[in-house]
Amino acid sequence: MAWLQLHDVAVALGDRDVVRGVSAEVSAGELVVIVGPNGAGKTTLLRATAGLIAPRTGQIRVLGHDPLRAPRRVIARELAYLPQSYELAFPFAVEEVVLLGRYARQRGLGLASPEDLDAAARAMAACDVTHLATRRFDKLSGGEARRVIVAQALCQGARCLLLDEPTAGLDPAHARAIFAMLRAQCDAGAAAIVVTHDLDLALRHGGSMWLVADGQLAARGTPADVLASEATRAAFGLAIHVGALPSGAAFAVPA
Amino acid sequence: MSEFLSAGAGRLTWRRLVSVMAICLAATTLIAVLAPLLGTVSDRSGWHLDVLSPRALTGDAADHAILWVRLPRVLAALVVGAAFAGAGCALQALLRNPLAEPFTLGISSGASLAAVLAIRLGVERVFGSAGIGGAALIGAGGTLVIVWRLARIGKHLPPATLVLAGVTMAMFCSSASVLIQYTSDFTDVNHMLQWMIGGMETVRMVTVAYAAIPIGAALIVLVVYARELNALAAGTDVAASLGVAVGRTQLVIFATASLLVGAAIAVCGPIGFIGLVVPHALRALLGPDHRLLLPASILGGGAVLAVFDTLARTVIPLHHLPTGAVTAVLGVPVFVVILVGEKQRALLWGRA
Repeated sequence: MAWLQLHDVAVALGDRDVVRGVSAEVSAGELVVIVGPNGAGKTTLLRATAGLIAPRTGQIRVLGHDPLRAPRRVIARELAYLPQSYELAFPFAVEEVVLLGRYARQRGLGLASPEDLDAAARAMAACDVTHLATRRFDKLSGGEARRVIVAQALCQGARCLLLDEPTAGLDPAHARAIFAMLRAQCDAGAAAIVVTHDLDLALRHGGSMWLVADGQLAARGTPADVLASEATRAAFGLAIHVGALPSGAAFAVPA
Repeated sequence: MSEFLSAGAGRLTWRRLVSVMAICLAATTLIAVLAPLLGTVSDRSGWHLDVLSPRALTGDAADHAILWVRLPRVLAALVVGAAFAGAGCALQALLRNPLAEPFTLGISSGASLAAVLAIRLGVERVFGSAGIGGAALIGAGGTLVIVWRLARIGKHLPPATLVLAGVTMAMFCSSASVLIQYTSDFTDVNHMLQWMIGGMETVRMVTVAYAAIPIGAALIVLVVYARELNALAAGTDVAASLGVAVGRTQLVIFATASLLVGAAIAVCGPIGFIGLVVPHALRALLGPDHRLLLPASILGGGAVLAVFDTLARTVIPLHHLPTGAVTAVLGVPVFVVILVGEKQRALLWGRA
């Protein structure tokens, strides 16, 4: 059974269908990257899958649960969602922010247990923010803050990861490290959907690619095929050239 | 304050929680014991500060009687201060805005309008002063429902629309109160003014006892939700994906905070700034974790109001100043400092 199932999903914001007719599945071990122009409906599709916005029609299942009707705590143990923008109202320290990810697995006061601390330490190491643990979140640079909230999502210990532009604002080395980490998570059995504008990283690390254009799944397949497709050229209004470096590594650039 | 207790000490541990709670409890207990021992008396040589011996707490008959006159007022300050500070702290977290408090949400103005209306209609002649308190409670609840309905968009309660609805209601209620005062006779207006400023002069022990039960229960509910308030600091989407039942949490916190404010106002009228200043000052000292901040604010709010109230009845010879006015006069400068701090915070965030 696929872990994430979308059947004929349409999502309306106001009177307008921002997402329509989307049917797709993601199974264990899959790393799906979503690409598409601004305003195509990528974020709305991700939020609907996470159960944060109700679809107008269609059906969504997260490991068999309806994410809108199941208790949030149950969904949170199975699915972590990283929003595109993240603003913290109060000056928590980085370690506290990461530990917020353990909410659904804690009871009572929720003082961090050894398992919680272990999960937080592993998540912070995976995102290279261990050295920032005691820093105030609101004093971090944009890229550092981004890595901290990726760590919060990882710390949740969920099998499904929905990440909206996890590498926005990251330097090339850290962006690549985040994708390599996601690849490793999926190789270890997780399922992930990642929205990104970083076509090179999507090409190299994505298992499959969905092109979202005008609210619809305009193309699906291997990243190389989708990027080189006519649908991608039409969606972005320019062709994407997919090539290989002398080292053999693939790259994608607007032609 | 030692390093491990203060903000920036990192994640909350049992050691830190127990230590901070012990300090807050000790300080509040000390103030609760000292405050009723202090007062003013006048005799042939003029007025002077009157300090009862601690023996008054247990024995000495004459002192004991004076103590029993002062005690309801001190207990009222502790209970009401705890209610305002607890409600303010929870509302700041719920609205993700350090400047939020019962007054910005219109709850206090609604309670005042209902009380002014009750005085105008002569409710007091029928039900006594409890009638005014009851009207205030109903006013707080009614304003809550209106603000809630105005602010809600679908299942969500966006902080911006909530504050907008609250401020709009506050404006309506204050203006309506003024109009009612213009149509009232001099005695009633005097009474209304006295009530709207907020004070503890006429509080009786039985009122404090009745108010303490719902206030105590509501404060426990808030503390139970401390972890949810932490998650809500990151916004409703993030809180929901972390596992928080956002809609239910917002409803429970908002209703509980309103009950607290309504009950507190029923006791002593609208006393400002405790709900704003105490949580904010403690957040700066202890950090933003509500599992620590919320109970500390509750104890701190009670202690601070007890101190302000003691100042109000001792600082000018034989004149009991209205506690609400003293609190606001001391509160405003702190509010100004907070606003300056907010600007600095905006600059920090503006970089992103």
